[in-house]
Parts: sequence; structure tokens; C-alpha cells
Amino acid sequence: MSEDVLDQAAAWRKEGRKVALATVVTTWGSSPRPVGSQLAVDGEGKFLGSVSGGCIEGAVIKEALDAIGTGRPRLLDFGVTNEQAWEVGLACGGKVQVYVERLD
Amino acid sequence: MKPEILEALQKARAAKRPVALATNLKSGQQKVIFETESEGPLCLDVDMLAGAADMLKRDESGTFQTGAGPVFVQVFNPPPRLVIVGAVHIAEPLARMATLAGYGTTLVDPRRAFAASQKFDGFEVSTDWPDEALAVLKPDTRTAVVTLTHDPKIDDPALEAALKSQAFYIGALGSRKTHAARLARLKERGFDDTALARIHGPVGLAIGALSPAEIAVSIVAEITKVRRGED
Repeated sequence: MSEDVLDQAAAWRKEGRKVALATVVTTWGSSPRPVGSQLAVDGEGKFLGSVSGGCIEGAVIKEALDAIGTGRPRLLDFGVTNEQAWEVGLACGGKVQVYVERLD
Repeated sequence: MKPEILEALQKARAAKRPVALATNLKSGQQKVIFETESEGPLCLDVDMLAGAADMLKRDESGTFQTGAGPVFVQVFNPPPRLVIVGAVHIAEPLARMATLAGYGTTLVDPRRAFAASQKFDGFEVSTDWPDEALAVLKPDTRTAVVTLTHDPKIDDPALEAALKSQAFYIGALGSRKTHAARLARLKERGFDDTALARIHGPVGLAIGALSPAEIAVSIVAEITKVRRGED
């Protein structure tokens, strides 16, 4: 069965867990996951889904935990031209933009 | 995301109603977009709303620019569907693989002994005749129909109903010879060459598939190819 990240995020929220949702909003070049791909993160850093082939998940989870704390949504850019490239660059050379928001 | 936005989104999705979420990526404000209405605090003018509704119709998520910042529209359409006519041995791996690929799958077979087979536990099964079943299922532009029985009494009415629908993919199992005979019968029933060209037969990509699972791979691959516009 294909997983439904939003369903899982909504279920976590219903249980009273703190949840943030990350969504791929733009892609350039050969990025690994299409627009609309989602990653749900809970307050403990447990996550489900994906926004890349695994290259940027660590950085996105960090931002998601921060969004859970502050409630401030954010738009993240990842790609080979990013100065963080060596740390969290996309191996395939594509670029992605990921929007991270808290489920209130 | 505000709780009322998430609730509206989940409610629509549960009801298999086409829905999209518009988010201003600068302010975080959101609006739930339906085909003919919308709700939520994000301000969008008439043209922007029409644009978002059009993206919903085209099943295409994306971003457009507004004076107040970029707005991302994420489309949550109900899953595409696959109707499999014939609860035969190939139907089981095909139903499983199509489910993995994200299709809502329905099996149709008026022969109750076939349809009642244990293998189809967990799948939606109809024992109506295919023309009646398809009249209820109403194949649309997000539906694929595949016939597997080799029996004209069952396959032909299904193909006729599929040809009269907007189904994006129609496939029929059978050898070239079987398929030629099938096309001749459908022609006599009044379908012209353009209509008959919609039927993929023999069904599936030519990958030398032999086993039921391999044939299922070739069928799911061909449906994917057509759906993604690579045909």
C-alpha cells in the first residue's frame, strides 16, 4: 500500500503529538521526489515519508523540529549551488524547495 | 496549518472529493480549494481562484506568483482507479501491483466461483456483468480498464462500455489473433478504427513476460506510460 503521509500526520496530531509537515513545492533538474511529496515529523524527531532520496531529510527534520517549537513556517532551498552542498547537497545534482509548517 | 484547514482537507479526501490546498509560502496563510468553492483565510482574487481550480482539474500541483508572495497549490485528488475484468490468475498480481502503484482497484467477474476466490480478499469485487458494473463505476479520465477473461461474452461488453467512457487506458489480454477477432467483432458493433485504436492489445509492454506476475508488471508499466504521457 502506498503510504499517506498527511493521514499519518493528522493521526499523530489527533493523539496529541506535536507535528510538522514538510512538502516539496518546487523542483529543478533531476530531483529525486516530485512536487507534493511529503515528510511528517513529530516532536520526538520520528518521521514518515520523504522529500528526497534521503539526502536532505536530516536537515529538513532539524528545521521541522524548530518549526514545531516556534510555530513559524519556512521555505528551505536545497541544491548543488547551496553553500551547505557538501553537508546536505543532493547527490543527483537537482534542486528542491521544501516548505515546512507546523500542524496547529 | 490551522486545525480547521486540516479537517476540511481530510474530510474531502475521505469522501474522495477532489480537493487542493493553497498556501502562501511567505505568510503561511492557507485556503482549501474545491472544484467550485473554497474556504480558509488566504486571500486570492477571482483569477487566482480560477487558476487554482484549474490546477485541481488538471491534477497538477505547482506554484504561482501573487503580489503577496508565491502561492503553492497542492492537489489531493482521489487515487486513480483500475477496473480489472476477469478474476483469473493474472488478476491477483495485477491487483496487488496496481494497489502498490497507488490505484484503487476493483475486480469484476460475473462468474461467482472466480470472483469468490480467496485470493481477492481485501479488494473490491463486483459479480455484476461488466456492462452493468461499469455503468456503476463510471470510468473517468483517471480510470484504467483491463479485460483478462479471453471470453467474448465477458470481455466484449466491458470493452464496449470502456470505449464509450473517458477511461485513459483500455487494455485487453489475448494473442494477436484473438485481438484481431475481437476488433472485428467490435467493428461490427459500430466502433470505428479511431475508437478501436484506444484498446491496447495484446495488453502490456513487450518485455517478454511469461508468468502471471511478469504479465502484471508489463500491464502496470504500460498503464504508467500512458498515464505519464510517455505514450
